[in-house]
Amino acid sequence: MGQPITVTVNGEKRSAEVEPRLLLVHFIRETLRLTGTHIGCDTTHCGACTVLLDGTPVKSCTMFAVQADGQQLTTVEALAAGGTLHPIQEAFKQEHGLQCGFCTPGMMLTSLALLEEKTDPTDDDIRWAISGNICRCTGYMNIVKAVKSAAAQMKASAAVPAATAAVRS
Amino acid sequence: MAVETPLKGVIGDSIRRKEDDRFIRGRGNYVDDISLPGMLHMAILRSPYAHAKIKSIKTDAAQALPGVVAVVTGELLAQHKLAWMPTLSGDTQAVLATDKVRFQGQEVACVIATEPYIARDALPLIEVDYDVLPAVVDPWKALDAGAPLIRDEKEGQTSNHIYHWEAGDKAATEEAFRKADRVVTLESFYPRCHPSPLETCGIVADINSATGNATLYMTSQAPHAHRTLFAIVAGLPEEKIRIISPDIGGGFGNKVPIYPGYVVATAASLLIGKPVKWVEDRSDNLISTGFARDFHMRGELALNDAGKMLGLRVKLLSDNGAFFADAQPTKFRAGLFHIVTGSYDMPAAFVEADGAYTNKAPGGVAYRCSFRVTEASYLIERLVENAAVEMKMDPADIRLKNFIKPEQFPYKSATGFEYDSGDYPRAMQLALDKLGYKELRKEQAEKRKKGELMGIGVASFTEVVGAGPGKHYDIAGLRMFDSAELRVHPTGKAILKLGVKSQGQGHETTFAQIVANELGIPAADVEVQEGDTDNTPYGLGTYASRSTPVGGAATAVVSRKLRDKAKKIAAHLLEASEADIEFDQGKFFVRGAPSKSKTIQDIAFAAYTNIPDGMEAGLEGVTYYDPPNMTFPFGTYLVVVDIDRGTGQVKVRRVVAVDDCGVRINPMVVEGQIHGGLTEGFGIAFMELITFDEEGNCLGSNFTDYLLPTAWETPKFELFETVTPSPHHPIGAKGVGESATVGSPAAFVNAVIDAVAHLGITNIDMPVTSDKVWAALNEKGAAE
Repeated sequence: MGQPITVTVNGEKRSAEVEPRLLLVHFIRETLRLTGTHIGCDTTHCGACTVLLDGTPVKSCTMFAVQADGQQLTTVEALAAGGTLHPIQEAFKQEHGLQCGFCTPGMMLTSLALLEEKTDPTDDDIRWAISGNICRCTGYMNIVKAVKSAAAQMKASAAVPAATAAVRS
Repeated sequence: MAVETPLKGVIGDSIRRKEDDRFIRGRGNYVDDISLPGMLHMAILRSPYAHAKIKSIKTDAAQALPGVVAVVTGELLAQHKLAWMPTLSGDTQAVLATDKVRFQGQEVACVIATEPYIARDALPLIEVDYDVLPAVVDPWKALDAGAPLIRDEKEGQTSNHIYHWEAGDKAATEEAFRKADRVVTLESFYPRCHPSPLETCGIVADINSATGNATLYMTSQAPHAHRTLFAIVAGLPEEKIRIISPDIGGGFGNKVPIYPGYVVATAASLLIGKPVKWVEDRSDNLISTGFARDFHMRGELALNDAGKMLGLRVKLLSDNGAFFADAQPTKFRAGLFHIVTGSYDMPAAFVEADGAYTNKAPGGVAYRCSFRVTEASYLIERLVENAAVEMKMDPADIRLKNFIKPEQFPYKSATGFEYDSGDYPRAMQLALDKLGYKELRKEQAEKRKKGELMGIGVASFTEVVGAGPGKHYDIAGLRMFDSAELRVHPTGKAILKLGVKSQGQGHETTFAQIVANELGIPAADVEVQEGDTDNTPYGLGTYASRSTPVGGAATAVVSRKLRDKAKKIAAHLLEASEADIEFDQGKFFVRGAPSKSKTIQDIAFAAYTNIPDGMEAGLEGVTYYDPPNMTFPFGTYLVVVDIDRGTGQVKVRRVVAVDDCGVRINPMVVEGQIHGGLTEGFGIAFMELITFDEEGNCLGSNFTDYLLPTAWETPKFELFETVTPSPHHPIGAKGVGESATVGSPAAFVNAVIDAVAHLGITNIDMPVTSDKVWAALNEKGAAE
């Protein structure tokens, strides 16, 4: 019946037997009970379910859990490692980059992956990078500001935050 | 200890939001995050046809699937008198279809299973034998004699006509049109769209069979009203029902109605004795829950040769789908369409509205607007644009010429509304200046010589938000007041409990700021609670931009009640006369001797430890606020577009938005609301559409077909403000959550029309897609 998988989730190895058809997002939300990853559309459009798989943003509603076997999975719960907010989280709060909060985890993870590639992104870089993540509340203005602000903060900060390290590993 | 530094977090401060701390950590608590021991999962079988008789439903194979606990049909519900439920408009709606299905996606049966995947597996095992009937898709044809009767189960219903409703003065309006030099006419269709909050609707129904207590965790914008409706619909005793509306991932009107899924999950929990979860998938949400608009409108504007408006005549037909489920006050069946005279001093107006049943999903919710003011605002602003075109006037000038003047407030409109306050010319002038309007008109003239298409869209909206007063406004008979309960604890910290319910608007912060302002307790020390009917006072909920106008007013009033008591305690502590006590930023002091003072924290402690003889202990109170009038926010939006003649693509170059929502409690939050509203207005103007084919198949059932604006298309916004306080609101505030969705679609479409009107194109209905623009250009020989 079940197929054994092992996924390194936010730095911790987690093993489970799952149905081959189990979607990754359900593995995250129901099996692991990490409910910060949301479901908004079921069809890969909205990005509420975005997580990082080996550092790359993926939409976990359109992937099977078995496809994540052996990989590094990062969810929103990893960002404030050790209790300290990641600069991306702090920036979303400071710049009012969220309202209802439903798109926010996916939006932050997509943004983080962008900042791994481009430390000083333009508005257009950011808008293009997050164009697979829909926000119905903010109109994106303050999300763009937040990502720019986080970029500046991360550049200025000598220390590499733990979550970023997890993404890289 | 006296407060030495200015109190932070009062009205006007852009403090950061308290609620964000959980959301940025992924620690929000939305309905789908709730998991209870033994919880079962529900999935809904929906009709593939728009109109069909149900000959039989066989559930044996589904029942036999391991893990399936129950299959619920309309027949089972009928045994409990639950097959039909009342709508918010006094109509009835099928919970699960018994006789026939009336729209594609209608709820036919539900499976309750131990796992969500099993519930889904069982759906195709249910065998439904349908006898397909002709579908009625066009509301005009629905009204033809001999059209198939959709609501044949309704006694006395002999056609698909639902209502006829009128407002204004017919005779005076006819007279105005007789005197007119010119009549400008616009036929416009405001198409069906959908609020599509990112979180769909859902419920976890938990009925304890031992106690009979029903705890319903649900995506509800109006938990108290829903509790009462559940009591009435399901016959459950109201004191046993507790609705908990946890964090909500956006509402925009979609989470105002009660949907069949809520009712079946609750009934199933009652019958099975276990918690039952139902969460929509996106298609469920788009094809069956509260859509918006779908108004066919004809407007006629009478003017004299000088461009002065003399009268307005409007006829509209509303396509309500299969069940009349609009969320509207009883007195105004077409919602607030009768503020269709907009920002203008209109001597006479007459509005007629009819509603029709069709084989489409029911709804008619106000997608981010106050009842149906969006459609009204769109019609008048489009009509004025076309009047400017026909009369060769500048669209800003014709508006300035006809605005209600600042000295005319309070202004009684031709349809009976009293506008509370406004300064329309000031808002428009600011917008024109910030845009650089005159320069852009020059640029447009230059471009036109070269054959390039550039347009400047103008819209000056007036909104009407903040229902009640209760004597005029209700939802299903419940008067539209709202409430606030404030308790100050001995250590000077407070808890504020509200009848409204945030879906992302930031109530936990902004309402704490009102308390800080009025009572001097820092916003950080005020815990705001909403959404749990056991722990909050009764209120009508959050929609129609009513939280600040009504719940915010209640918060200010209850804070002032407590301040009055605090003054008495201060007088006692300071051994002074109450008449000599003054209050400033959390400090109570003796007039003329500011060093003799007590803080609100001192007084809170004294309220429980050292009160004057004869006074009740404690520092708490509750207020139910019934507003004397609505509030009327307004503003001017200007949009600049460039159109590609080869593709019809419209590029939005600039958006300047001047909003006047009275006093702003937290400017950062207000601007966030406007950004969001402008984006939804942009989406409605250019992308969002739910349409149907001839057989009634829904062609907007997922995000591939129902397009929402992403960061890539969404324009950047330039925001500015004027402040004209509401004279009747305790802190001078008006609602703002929906202004931008109401005002901006006309600005976007007017910009397109402004670019192409010289070619003879006077209307393109929304969504203004590239193919429509190109076809219109091509028809005039202007496409490349």
